Amino acid sequence: MLQSSEAFVGNAAKGMADAGLQRALARAKPQFAKKRQAAVDRLPEFEALRDVAVGIKNHAIANLDYYLGVYADAVERSGGVVHWCSTAEDARAAVLKICRAAGAKTVTKGKSMVTEEIGLNDYLEANGIAPVETDLGEYILQLRREPPSHIIGPAFHLNREQWEESFREHHKALSPERVFHERRDILTEARGILRETFLAADVGITGANFLIAETGSSVIVTNEGNGDLTQTLPRVHVVVTSIEKVVPNAEDCLALLRVLARSATGQDMSVYTTFSTGGRRLGDLDGPEEYHVVLLDNGRSGMVGTQFQDMLRCIRCAACMNHCPVYGAVGGHAYGATYPGPMGSVLSPMLQGIEAAHHLPNASTFCGKCESVCPVKIPLPNLMRHWREREFERHLQPVSMRYGLGLWAWFAKRPLLYRMGTRAAAVGLGVLGRKRGFFGKLPLAGGWTAGRDFPAPEGDTFFAKYQNYMRNK
Amino acid sequence: MNRDAIIGAIQRGLKRGSLPVDQQAMLAARTALHHRHLIPARGQLDAAGRVALFAQYVEREFGTVARLPNIAAGPEAITSYLAKQNIAPSIVVSPHPDLEQIPFRDKPMLQVRYGVATAHDAVSLQHAFAGVAETGTLVLPSAPERPVKNNLLPDTAIVVVQAKDILACYEDAFDKLRDQGAMPRNVMLVTGPSRSADIEQTLELGAHGPRRLHVLIIDGES
Ligand code: SF4
Repeated sequence: MLQSSEAFVGNAAKGMADAGLQRALARAKPQFAKKRQAAVDRLPEFEALRDVAVGIKNHAIANLDYYLGVYADAVERSGGVVHWCSTAEDARAAVLKICRAAGAKTVTKGKSMVTEEIGLNDYLEANGIAPVETDLGEYILQLRREPPSHIIGPAFHLNREQWEESFREHHKALSPERVFHERRDILTEARGILRETFLAADVGITGANFLIAETGSSVIVTNEGNGDLTQTLPRVHVVVTSIEKVVPNAEDCLALLRVLARSATGQDMSVYTTFSTGGRRLGDLDGPEEYHVVLLDNGRSGMVGTQFQDMLRCIRCAACMNHCPVYGAVGGHAYGATYPGPMGSVLSPMLQGIEAAHHLPNASTFCGKCESVCPVKIPLPNLMRHWREREFERHLQPVSMRYGLGLWAWFAKRPLLYRMGTRAAAVGLGVLGRKRGFFGKLPLAGGWTAGRDFPAPEGDTFFAKYQNYMRNK
Repeated sequence: MNRDAIIGAIQRGLKRGSLPVDQQAMLAARTALHHRHLIPARGQLDAAGRVALFAQYVEREFGTVARLPNIAAGPEAITSYLAKQNIAPSIVVSPHPDLEQIPFRDKPMLQVRYGVATAHDAVSLQHAFAGVAETGTLVLPSAPERPVKNNLLPDTAIVVVQAKDILACYEDAFDKLRDQGAMPRNVMLVTGPSRSADIEQTLELGAHGPRRLHVLIIDGES
């Protein structure tokens, strides 16, 4: 689904006032953090493995042109086809062409954030092809016509009643009298319905977590097994992925896998980690006959050699949003972007343009938690700061805000003063929470709040709303 | 062409053209070397430790394990497992030579079909190329004798793994794969039965793949 971030401030306020969403956030947030920590504690080498992961991704990106070439050649050797796509439009057109050539009516989809990024589902539908999401969370969102609110738990913002309601509304062939006694019944119904779709689909579309240059393999990681059914049952398998996912060889990929699931869900390993290389081989009794890779750039090559190059290390584990106080308060939809949370706040301005996404790099308290849990140590707060500076330079913000940012920069360059200032502000928040006006009178905290201020379409700033939310929690 | 455009844009970012030939050769050598990065201590155990840790992790991830002295004990182990789970004694078996050796005629009550699973098969018997002790992971590369559907479609997956094939870490399994030749079309690393936590962050087993994963570890030679 293509989205826009311009309405962030209003959406954030809605999120904070949405009781259902707040219930879901309260349920999910502590769990994510606890599970990750438990997985980290079980593996004494975890910290060292993070450094290994950083090294591998940095090496791959510093030689990205080379490894992409090697990768593409290996895919072609294994009988696959690579479709190089500079833009989202190119990628959509490439997928449609493959589907048309296959005479596809129904397309099953494994979970893929890149297909969200390019707005693939709407496009296929408009062209007479029915895409069916098979990841349970993506499936319910497709029924409800909502975008994902989280990159690995796309529907975690929904409560059980909403699942039941949507299933009753859409699964008309089933008895309206049926009772959902427990969550398992919801799962069983979806499994039954999707089984039929899997068996009928002509094309299966998955994403990829990694691409392996040496062997031309794409790697997906799932817990449900839907990605595997998606790529095994139809006659044609299409991988929609992006250029920064390539690593040199299997050993590099395995090292990254050791930090991925632990950071994401707190599992030591996801249930299914699958390496796919080309189409069906001689003698194989199953598997797709055709294997395509739609390889998307969409602004990523423009990050190489800039301060945003570090962002290309991202392995989409979601740890940063799982630990982010702002995400935890407003939920994923408020960002109005494919990628929410801290990683999204860095990436979205790249994908949507800073004009459309300029609120997002401001949606940070600079607490630094995201960077401290990121398995590939992306300096997320710093990168958000870079965006703010760019936005500042481009005079996108009202004059009053630029003045505030200048003041903020002055303090930020003087760490001791800055820390005193932020501490004063934090203490002020705790002790004098009810007197919001007080902040404006603290010179140091004035710089602090000004730097985090937003143009306020609804008459109040995001941070005022956020502070209010924190008080009433 | 888009390929040149994208590669060109990356090179502009890197502020260089194509890598010189000698540097390309260095990168090719690095790739082919299959250098192992840091392997956690739990991925470096001896044979006895590997089997024990593997079994422990399969169970931790909601699978079940039975250790058998040899493959001839398979039919008894399978029928008693299915009886205990209240599942009809009918299985689809991958056409792998090791599995074709199993003396199923000892158990005439068990219906056995060799081949590829369909949506109607409730139980499959699959052969594991290897196990990985590090996380209790099964390695299931596709091959004519190891169809992928048998890993996925049935509600209950029973997998045979030889104790000697339980390796310490994933890297050991990829070395073993490379010893056999080219990268197979599909290599599944399977850790426990299928699951989802998409409904209210609560774990439920059996999302799209098998709800039950039962691993038979064969101690002796087959
Ligand atoms: S930025 Fe880091 S923590 Fe966030 S999704 Fe990417 S890899 Fe994970």
